[in-house]
Amino acid sequence: MKNNKNISGAEAVIKSLIKENADLVFGYPGGAIMPVYDELFKFQDKVHHVLTRHEQGAVHAAQGYARSSGRVGVAIATSGPGATNLVTGIADAQIDSTPIVCITGQVSAHLLGSDAFQETDIIGISMPVTKWSYQITKASEVPVAIAKAFYIAKSGRPGPVLIDITKNAQFEMFDFNYKKCIGIRSYSPIPKIDKNKILDAAKLINAAKKPLIVSGQGVILANAEKEFKSFVEKSGIPAAWTILGASALPTSHELNVGMVGMHGNYGPNILTNQCDLLIAIGMRFDDRVTGDTNSYAKQAKIIHLEIDPAEIDKNIIVDVPVLGDCKESLSMLSKNIKTKSYKNWLKTFDDLMKKEFNKVIKNDLAPKKKGLTMGESIIAINKFTKGKAIIVSDVGQHQMVACRYANFIESRSNITSGGLGTMGFALPAAIGAKMGAPKREVVAVIGDGGFQMTIQELGTIFQLQLPVKIVILNNDFLGMVRQWQEMFFDKRYASTEMVNPDFVSIAKAYFLDSEKVENRSDLEPAVKRMVESKKPYVLEICVEKEANVFPMIPSGASVSDIRLE
Amino acid sequence: MEKKTLFTVSIYTENNVGLLNRISAIFLKRHINIESFTTSECEIKNVFRFIILVEMTHSGIGKIIKQIEKQVDVIKAFYHTDEETIFQETALYKVKSSSLFEEREIQKSIKKSNARIITVNPDFFVIEKTGFRHETDKLYNDLAPYGLLQFTRSGRIAVTKSKMGISEILNTFKNQKKK
Repeated sequence: MKNNKNISGAEAVIKSLIKENADLVFGYPGGAIMPVYDELFKFQDKVHHVLTRHEQGAVHAAQGYARSSGRVGVAIATSGPGATNLVTGIADAQIDSTPIVCITGQVSAHLLGSDAFQETDIIGISMPVTKWSYQITKASEVPVAIAKAFYIAKSGRPGPVLIDITKNAQFEMFDFNYKKCIGIRSYSPIPKIDKNKILDAAKLINAAKKPLIVSGQGVILANAEKEFKSFVEKSGIPAAWTILGASALPTSHELNVGMVGMHGNYGPNILTNQCDLLIAIGMRFDDRVTGDTNSYAKQAKIIHLEIDPAEIDKNIIVDVPVLGDCKESLSMLSKNIKTKSYKNWLKTFDDLMKKEFNKVIKNDLAPKKKGLTMGESIIAINKFTKGKAIIVSDVGQHQMVACRYANFIESRSNITSGGLGTMGFALPAAIGAKMGAPKREVVAVIGDGGFQMTIQELGTIFQLQLPVKIVILNNDFLGMVRQWQEMFFDKRYASTEMVNPDFVSIAKAYFLDSEKVENRSDLEPAVKRMVESKKPYVLEICVEKEANVFPMIPSGASVSDIRLE
Repeated sequence: MEKKTLFTVSIYTENNVGLLNRISAIFLKRHINIESFTTSECEIKNVFRFIILVEMTHSGIGKIIKQIEKQVDVIKAFYHTDEETIFQETALYKVKSSSLFEEREIQKSIKKSNARIITVNPDFFVIEKTGFRHETDKLYNDLAPYGLLQFTRSGRIAVTKSKMGISEILNTFKNQKKK
């Protein structure tokens, strides 16, 4: 590239982004990052910057972008409050293994440690929640640090990286020369697969009578959906998934037996404690999945396909760990297993599903009561998007209902804050998701509580004229907390009832199309209008105030103690 | 409850700012107290070795080691029990000079403990003792009655009896440099 001699650190930042094909970034300007914004202005034909209304919005948008596109999301903020506002999103990306690079401005190097205006030790603050971080104090460090940042964020088990750049380094002139990072000697992102472990695992699979697969986001992060599907189909083993594993296998697949965990399906939870072999793939045995670990799958042998060595035996001791990239290990495994089917075993899942249907699903989807349910709202979305939408959910009851009832056909269709449970995630993440997959329909499903945590991003949506569809499932409560208060705190509804504004008026104030649904007969036509609209759309659905999400594994109970009411 | 053991954790790392913070945060996150902490460049230039002493359960230490190794700038981490290592600590004792000449017992203690006087001036003298914790403790107890002006003890330094699994990795680093 010409004109790389004697350029500023700030220009080098943008040129580095271009080298990494990061043509879209989310952010918010401020004093200590102004030289970088000045270069963004000059390079706006090459790097599109989206101005969110809060730095938290920028980082969640970067996450949504990464999750829908499989690329690295980028968020930019200034020093001090700009940087600290990123922290929630960084922590969310860390626990949900989302590849993002955050770039923050910092006071000039000579002012570091002097409590200068808008100085915070963002490296120190973010250290426990970043995969890697680096503070640049000289322009010459820019290309090396950014190359490393992108490499680390996306390789192995992905995660967030933070690059903090002092203002003097942004101004300093130097000769730019960019080399992509292809390896770091102290870091081996993908463990080599031990063939003996594959053979051990295959032996267990071939001998099993009642095996169960539980897959997580690892399958999606490894782009291993195809290999996973072939493995499931050849082995004939019923396949359940964690919340972040949703959509890797189509919902309608005959071997898809539903979600595990606290509000997962009845069958896979109960049968976790009856199977003779549990095959965990790219999942980390989160406590919301396992319930009480002392009574989790004790009768079963456990195989764990995993890329991160630190996850092996962390929460659950396993019999055969298979370290490595599951795209590779799954196809190796498929070659070594017999083609089988488990008719009677699958029937147990069907029987338990029937029980769940009669006790829970029927009332959720075709309620006899007058009040609208979250379940029927999701079914209406399924109907008009034909299951092709990316569903971005927030955190709480609606999230569990969305993941339970959404009909997924394609992978990367479920974007939600799983590990951290960040309310306010969905609205900004939906912006990023839509920009990462512009051809796909994106429907954000959000509760009235979470919506008001990042409601300002309606402004971003308006400015971009971004056709995301926003469904507010409004029960005038912080529903999940209220449910716990009802069940475990004798209905003492401490600070969970919300007196809400008129969301339709708010949307209209942002010049967005919007409507409100209160009656069943209006639901489908309204959802249809929303889906057919080519513009952003806010649909408020007023649902029953005190409905509960079932099935449920009470906190600390065993998976097999899952309750239907 | 699983029994706790004293472990010597050895961590080989790149020489990067902030890594100390990253490593100590792993212990902090799990509410584990660090007994002692030493760091220095190891046998390979620019590779640093942290030696951390912690009291933990066997199952806990294995998990911590994996979390440490997961850090991008950590090359390799190990843990060993006391039986598997040769380890020492160094202590410095500052005593009033007058007591050295007035109290014969002090001279005896110094001799008996194989300690070394590293500086003497009209006001004070400084004794250095390298050894096991119980040895530096004994000298402390012997000297305390005469008044210690200052006392300080280093963290543990240790080498393992068996070959460190890192040698090969570090050798490849050396060779890379040559190329």
